Parts: sequence; structure tokens; C-alpha cells
Amino acid sequence: MCGIAGLIHRGKTGNIGKEMTSMLQSLKHRGPDSTGFALYGSPKGNTLVMRFKVAEQDEMKTGFHIHDQVKERRKEVDRRLKELGATIVSEDEATEYAFRYTIDYGGDKRKLADYIEDIDGAEILSLGYGLELVKDLGDATRVSGQYQLNGFTGSHGLGHTRMATESDVDIRSAHPYWAYPFADVSVVHNGQLTNYWTGRRTLERRGHRFMSNCDSELIAVYLADKMQQGAELEDAMKDSIDELDGVFTYLVATSDSLGMAKDVMAAKPMVLYESDEFIALASEEVAIRSVFPHEIDTFDPYEGEVRVWKR
Amino acid sequence: MALRTKSHDMGMHTEKLSGRTQQRFFSPEEEENFTYPGAYDVDFNKRAEFDAANLSTSEINLKLRELMKAGNGTIVMKNPGAKHALAVGILNRLHLHVEGSLGYFGCGLIDGPNIHIKGRVGWSCGENMLAGTVVIEKNAGSTFGAAIRGGDLVCKGDVGARMGIDMKGGTILVGGRCGAFCGFMMQRGRMVVLGDAGKNLGDSMYDGTIYVGGKIEGLGVDAVPGEMTDLDCHWLERKLKQYDMKAPNGVKNMTKIVAGKQLWNYDNLEPSEKKLIL
Repeated sequence: MCGIAGLIHRGKTGNIGKEMTSMLQSLKHRGPDSTGFALYGSPKGNTLVMRFKVAEQDEMKTGFHIHDQVKERRKEVDRRLKELGATIVSEDEATEYAFRYTIDYGGDKRKLADYIEDIDGAEILSLGYGLELVKDLGDATRVSGQYQLNGFTGSHGLGHTRMATESDVDIRSAHPYWAYPFADVSVVHNGQLTNYWTGRRTLERRGHRFMSNCDSELIAVYLADKMQQGAELEDAMKDSIDELDGVFTYLVATSDSLGMAKDVMAAKPMVLYESDEFIALASEEVAIRSVFPHEIDTFDPYEGEVRVWKR
Repeated sequence: MALRTKSHDMGMHTEKLSGRTQQRFFSPEEEENFTYPGAYDVDFNKRAEFDAANLSTSEINLKLRELMKAGNGTIVMKNPGAKHALAVGILNRLHLHVEGSLGYFGCGLIDGPNIHIKGRVGWSCGENMLAGTVVIEKNAGSTFGAAIRGGDLVCKGDVGARMGIDMKGGTILVGGRCGAFCGFMMQRGRMVVLGDAGKNLGDSMYDGTIYVGGKIEGLGVDAVPGEMTDLDCHWLERKLKQYDMKAPNGVKNMTKIVAGKQLWNYDNLEPSEKKLIL
């Protein structure tokens, strides 16, 4: 089990951080191991937002040396950014091991990501103009409080509460996944992919990188690969219904869209609320009700269904 | 007498159950003394209502029991907020009005109550229902009426996948469409879908009848078209009228699906081999 949720304010912005926290906290019973948010704020020109970590939460308990190592790793990130010609506009320390930088950088994002992630323990959680991806261990309230998401204003977002089944309980296996190296593309997933290793080997041979052993990462990389070949998001998602094997429901977001896909068995739940002002999706209606307590009409998308909405 | 027999053959007797279905599994000598633990004598004229907005699942179900214990035969539940597993295990007659939507596993394991839900229900509504009626005004999620054994389970909107899997009796009525794999391993009872039905309808069904008003995306293994008879039409007309529903193109134009019964005796072949032959 896992819980996934998504929300769009159509044509406007809202307190998406608080709303997603509320939705994900309602889904805590579907997975208390970790919680992740992919929130889309207003882009500020060409300034990139980079969310990254240089250690796992559990690593911070492994002795005094880790605190010095974390500082060293961060310094190395700064050095490498400078080397690549990126200018750090602002830097925030969300936790001792996770950071939010805004940078001016006009170069190749893939090169930047590869160079930064070459540092021991470093992982770019997201890189984009509007996307801010935050994930950590614990429930939604804890993660949201830790990263101060309750005041985040944006147009749309995704979230995930994880019950670890086939990979570790750590940040790298938590959702959402950024569709490296595409700016502003993120994915959350509920289910199991049975052709994970076959798919992973194929994509690795095509030059893609995997940061975890979590099957859900395959969806993000798969979509990134399709889009790299020129496919539109919705077409890539439709292909995934046939090419990804297993039981799954996933959500994907870009800078201006949010989409959902459900496998041909319809084995994983999804409830949808659609109005002129909002689109809300969640594994359970109780999550949607946490932000829309009044009576609303909801429905289940059908097997093999792919839908994409613009914000 | 002839009419009673016909009604019995058509399964209509399930409408008149008194909420003591399990009595059929006990000897006649025990019948007089048999009562469910947790079944209450209620008066339909005694009415109560409560607000479930700030109550947990356990608190809501305990509240229902408390009200039934006090003899209330008509209960109104307000603001259920799509919480899970509400109104389950009710083993006596009751008029329950739910003003809102239920989450997963609502109205499961019931034997006797008449439940009306103004909103929507999530996955697995009415699972293992024995008798009574559940009427949902909006949509329902997947595994609607799984393993239902009796009573009428009615959704006036659309229903998700795997409706009525392992159905062992009773009636499921759907006003809109239904998803894939509905009626999988159906054993008895009737399923009526006024809209379209998804793929693999009635896969591996042993018995029972499925009526579809719209298009069928695909039949499952050993599900075959059956002949619509006057008896079928009569039963459909009466059943749909009972819930103020209408077949868009008339009941005569509905498609009847029954079991081909070729999967019953697997002879020396493995089930997978048998399926390939079929």
C-alpha cells in the first residue's frame, strides 16, 4: 500500500503546501514510513530552484564525523556549482542534510546534476523553475513542519505517503521522484512494477541514472526517456500503460500540468474530483474531503485510463 | 402457488428476507431460539440523527449500535466524510439514511437493514452482504458487492472494476457503467448494468445472470450470451421500477450473459490449458 494525492488550483494559486499536508496526513494509514511533496510555485525568471540532500536522515545518527562530512559535501556542491558557471542566488538549510538553493545557470542541466551527484551522499531531489521537491522520513505533518511547507503558495502539487515494500526506508527511496534531467517533472506512484529490472537495464543502457532500487523511480525515468525522444507527456503516459508491467496508479506533474495513469487491471485505487476551480486526486476520498469538506461529486477513473489537466 | 414458485426461481424471495438469513443454515428446531448476538429489536417509527463529522470510524459504528439498542429503527447519519468501514455488521432491520459519502468497506457484512446513501461510496461497498438493501445515489468504487449473498445493492451512478466478484446471491443494480472484470467467478444472483460494461465481464462465472443495457467491451472466459426471455424482462422491469430506474433502450434490448459451464469439470486438463481451449 502507499497513498498518493494531487491537487490543481485551476488558473490561480493557493496554499498548496498546507492543502497537500492535510491530504497526505489523511492518508497516513496507507504508509507512515516517509512522506514527500512536489509543489509547484511561481517561477522567478530563469532562476532555477535546486533541492538536494548530502546525507540520509539515518546517517546523521552515525557519529560525530558525519556532521563534518555533511559540511564538506555541501562545500563541494558549492565549489562544483561555481566551476560549472552557476551563481548561487540564495541558499536555505531546510535540515542539516537537505538544502534549497536558487541558482542562475544557463548550462546543461543533466551535466550539472551528474556532477553534483558524483559527490558522495549527494542527490538532487529536484531541479526546476517552479518545482520544489521535498521528501523525508515520517508523516506529512512532521515533514511539512520540518521543511516549513505550510505557507507554500503554488498552483499545483503531488504528494506521497510510503509504505516501504521492496526497498529501504530512506529518503532516496521516498517519493516523489524527479524525472531527471527534465526540469519541473515529478512522479508519485502506488503499486508494484514487475518488469522493474528489465526496464531499468534498458534505460541504463540508454544513459539514464537511477538513484535508488525503488520500482517507482522507473516511471519517472521512463517518462523522462520518452520525452527526451520528443513524446508529449500524455502520449508517454499512454505508452506506459502497455510497457510498464504490474499493478499501478501514478500521478505526474509538470510546470503547467498534472496527469494520472491507471493500469489495465485497475488494481490500485484513485478517486477524482473535478470542478472548474480544482482538480483533486487521491488514493482515498477521505484525503480529498480533508480540503473539500462540503458535499462534492467524485468518481473512480477506469482501468487503463490516462488523463492530463492543465493548471 | 405457481407464482410463488416462479418468484422463488427468479431469486425474488431475497427481497423479503427479514434479516435473519443465517437461520437457513440452522435446523428448524433451533430457528425459534436463534438470534444474532448484536441484533436489536427496533421501532421504525422511532427516529434519531447524529453528526459524524468529528467522530472516528469506531465511534460512529458504536453510536449506531447505541441508537439501535435504544430501539431507534430510523437513523440519520450526517457528514460521514468518506470515512472507511461505516455501517458495517448491522444484523437487524433498520432504516439508515447516510447524508454524505462513505469511504472503503462501507455497509459490509450486513443482514437486513435498508441503507440509503446520498453521496458516493468507495471500494468494497456491501461486501459479503446477506440481506437488506443499500441504495447509493452517486458513484461507487471498485469491488462493489464482492461476495454478496443476498439483498439488493444499488448504485445509481457508475461503478469501478471487479464488481460482484465471487457473488453468491442477491442482486446488484448499476444505473451507469461498470469497469473491467465484473462478475469474476460469479456463482449465483443477478447483476444488472444499465450502461456499458468493461472487459472480461463474467470471467470464469459458475452461474448467475448478468444483464447489460449498453456495450460490453469484452466477455471473460466461459461467459456467453444467453437468451432474453419474458421472465427476464418481467423480472427486470419489476426490479428497476422498485428503485426508480429505467433501461435506456428498454429491458427487451438488454444483453443477457450467463455461464457457458464449460469450466465446471476440468477433466484431465490444467485450468490454464482448459482456458486456452475455450
